[in-house]
Amino acid sequence: MAGKIIIDTERCKGCGLCVVVCPKKIIVISEKSNRHGYFPADTDNRNCTGCAACAVICPDAVIEVYRDQPTEIAETVAPGDRSKPTMMQEKA
Amino acid sequence: MKTVFKRTPTLKDCVTHYCPGCGHGIAHRLVAEVIDELGIHDRTIGIAPVGCAVLAYDYLDVDMVEVAHGRPPAVATGMKRTNPDKIIFSYQGDGDLASIGAAEILHAGHRGEQITVIFINNAVYGMTGGQMAPTTMIDQVTATTPRGRVGAEQGYPLQVSELLATLPGTIYIERCSVHDPAHIRKSKKALRHAFELQVDGAQGMSLVEMLSPCPVYWRMPPAKAMEWIENEMTKVFPLGRLKG
Repeated sequence: MAGKIIIDTERCKGCGLCVVVCPKKIIVISEKSNRHGYFPADTDNRNCTGCAACAVICPDAVIEVYRDQPTEIAETVAPGDRSKPTMMQEKA
Repeated sequence: MKTVFKRTPTLKDCVTHYCPGCGHGIAHRLVAEVIDELGIHDRTIGIAPVGCAVLAYDYLDVDMVEVAHGRPPAVATGMKRTNPDKIIFSYQGDGDLASIGAAEILHAGHRGEQITVIFINNAVYGMTGGQMAPTTMIDQVTATTPRGRVGAEQGYPLQVSELLATLPGTIYIERCSVHDPAHIRKSKKALRHAFELQVDGAQGMSLVEMLSPCPVYWRMPPAKAMEWIENEMTKVFPLGRLKG
């Protein structure tokens, strides 16, 4: 499952908490400063799982997190509809 | 792609004045998320303290009042008694609540006022330059305790939550922390419960204490400050539900 984060680098203060909590260690502190003079967090999103740990700890709420939905499950079971069998049950 | 995390509407879309790595930003966001989740945005009134969070009214998109140092519980008492249908919360730091406002919080709890108190404990006075607070830990170096706090000279860390939990007028007291994502999620649950009690009309005061980092006046990088909460602060201020 692939995820993606978007960091608002102009508002990031570069505290680096997201760098520490990221389980995949894909966030780094940028070498270019923003217009407030802070060196913001940056990422190439490779291996991002969309776990949102970075966004949860961010004191400035500058991180948005997106995650791919598994299409097969999304097609077979609509959100909130428990009557249809899930993929796991179908296999069993 | 599905949005997993986005800024909540009650948290205003602006840059805060807080230092990098400050725990107030996290606490503000949790309060805003809980207000939005409970759908009480239009009938909530917040009270900002004197301290670093003095400008909380600029960051939270609910009705906010700024009151004298340490007096939010006293003002909240009047607001709740005259407007029982409103949700009243006070957001206070440790200098505000545990020092100059100790009498107000104690007696608001003692009277069982139907308010929610959010208590941010960072063991130091941040706004005025890192002086010793009542909650400063033994051996902690601050601007006014350059050789570390000595219990026999400057007193011992004040455990406000334990103190308030002994009062019959309080219904819910929990101490949480914001040092890692798991504990931040737990803090949000505690905050939600504290607000829910007031929404449901439960009789008594609810208080959530949050251990929060002050990297600048602890003189350490933000990540180290989070570790210091986990390794040192939680020994003196044990986490968990103290009442309710």
